[in-house]
Amino acid sequence: MVELSAAERAIASGAQGAGAAMAMRIVAEAARLMGAPRLIPVASAHIDGALYHGDSGTLFAERLVAGAAKVAVRATLNVGSLGPAGCAAIRLPPHERDMAGRMMRAYEAMGCEPSWTCAPYQAGHRPAQGTDVAWGESNAVVFCNSVLGARTNRYGDFLDIACAIAGRAPDYGLHRPENRVATLLIDVTGLSQALRSSDVFYPVLGTFLGRMAGDAVAVIEGLQGCTTEDRLKALGAAAASAGGVGLFHVAGVTPEAPDAATALGGLPAREQILLTPQEVASTLARLSTAGDTGRVDAVAVGSPHLSLAEIDQIEHLLAGRTLKAPLYANTGRHVLKPLEAQGRRSALESAGVIFVVDTCIVVTPILPEIADAVLMTNSGKFAHYAPGNTGYAVTYGSLGECVESAVAGRLVRERQAWS
Amino acid sequence: MELNTEILVPGAAVEGVCLALSAPISFWGGVDPRSGIIIDARHPQRGLSIAGTILALPGTIGSSSASAVLLELVHAGKAPAALLMDAPDAILLLGLLVAREMGWPTPPALRLPAEQQRPLAGLRLLLSSDGRITEDKVASD
Repeated sequence: MVELSAAERAIASGAQGAGAAMAMRIVAEAARLMGAPRLIPVASAHIDGALYHGDSGTLFAERLVAGAAKVAVRATLNVGSLGPAGCAAIRLPPHERDMAGRMMRAYEAMGCEPSWTCAPYQAGHRPAQGTDVAWGESNAVVFCNSVLGARTNRYGDFLDIACAIAGRAPDYGLHRPENRVATLLIDVTGLSQALRSSDVFYPVLGTFLGRMAGDAVAVIEGLQGCTTEDRLKALGAAAASAGGVGLFHVAGVTPEAPDAATALGGLPAREQILLTPQEVASTLARLSTAGDTGRVDAVAVGSPHLSLAEIDQIEHLLAGRTLKAPLYANTGRHVLKPLEAQGRRSALESAGVIFVVDTCIVVTPILPEIADAVLMTNSGKFAHYAPGNTGYAVTYGSLGECVESAVAGRLVRERQAWS
Repeated sequence: MELNTEILVPGAAVEGVCLALSAPISFWGGVDPRSGIIIDARHPQRGLSIAGTILALPGTIGSSSASAVLLELVHAGKAPAALLMDAPDAILLLGLLVAREMGWPTPPALRLPAEQQRPLAGLRLLLSSDGRITEDKVASD
């Protein structure tokens, strides 16, 4: 049974206004359902709830605003259903567009930062290791826990903003150190150094991790010296789309795993899985749904949102050429602004790159409706969600293959070691 | 028949026909928020409507937007009359907590193990406000 402090009870009864009271009651009721004994303070929040799913979510946010609710801690916003920074056209009907806009404004009115990105951790929001925070959006949650070592559960719609307003979260799950210990060991040392050091491997590994771990915590052995921040980002995003992964460790790389034994809490792994080249091949095959076709109607990169380093790579691969198929570059305003200041945005746009900023192609209608269309992507998360959310079949490939295919207007494969 | 359950989210007494799902479901992407129809292509009960039913859930697949779909169903008048859950899914049930805060009619949620849910399939049930489930024989005859 959850026990609230006197101050928390006072807020829940309206001492700081109707909005703060509603938020505190929602956090307390969630704690009761989760079996949390108490609430704990959180240092920041990342809010996924400002994405439009229907009018009720807008009415909820506006009720909080009417009750004078303000966030008590730093709160960044995940993608919305519109793109206020401009760029790609969004095909939402008028009523939905209006309600989605009202929702986004309501969240800003509560004091949330208009970051509008699913990669807040690359937009200057990086809580310190060991801090409790309340983050939403599955890839942000897994990055926050795994790569930053801050502590959060997967906060869903409504609870994310309620925690931000209350400045508190239920004390359970990944906030508690005993639940952050790995029970599963995934050994990738049997794969070549070349594969382990290639970008295109990480969404495949993440998909495998998500399928194997579900919501259990795993430690991966064998990636020392192979990872970059963007590779860990891609790994976590794919793992969180394929399974309920909220935290993983990489031995010798992530902050809570100086080595596998430490991540396992000094206990033997409950399960040990060797990732074989055969498993890599079958996981890779499942990322594509388009089958044996050379057709590419569009290319999409940037789920999670592209970093500046990833834009550098695209520019380098493009080498001044123009595209036959559109390349949708999903990113945040934290990346678009420096690109614009350096005059790089217009150069990329004239080459055929379409920037999708503040939102992304799987959460709101952007891709044109084309019968039997094929989308090429290097993102495990796009590969997972694009077929259901956009109607496009997916062909998965490396960033190099994505750029070459966009230039050629059809599928181009490059040599890549897969074992 | 009389079953006693743990109340997860309280509500008024309700009656309705039990739709007992035979597989776990993700509300986000699995249920159309406007109509209440199951749209998950791989779900065995695809095409059935959960609106107005006593919906028995043997499991849920967590999506962080499940609560938003449930709130939207309540707002659209297409929510189940009540939920029977094998395990409390706090993310999903948040949709009911928020509906209650908004002052919208909120279906109750009761905890009932999956093996006790199955025999209720297709029966017309009465749920009391203190969590008792009985068969509504009069209405069934």
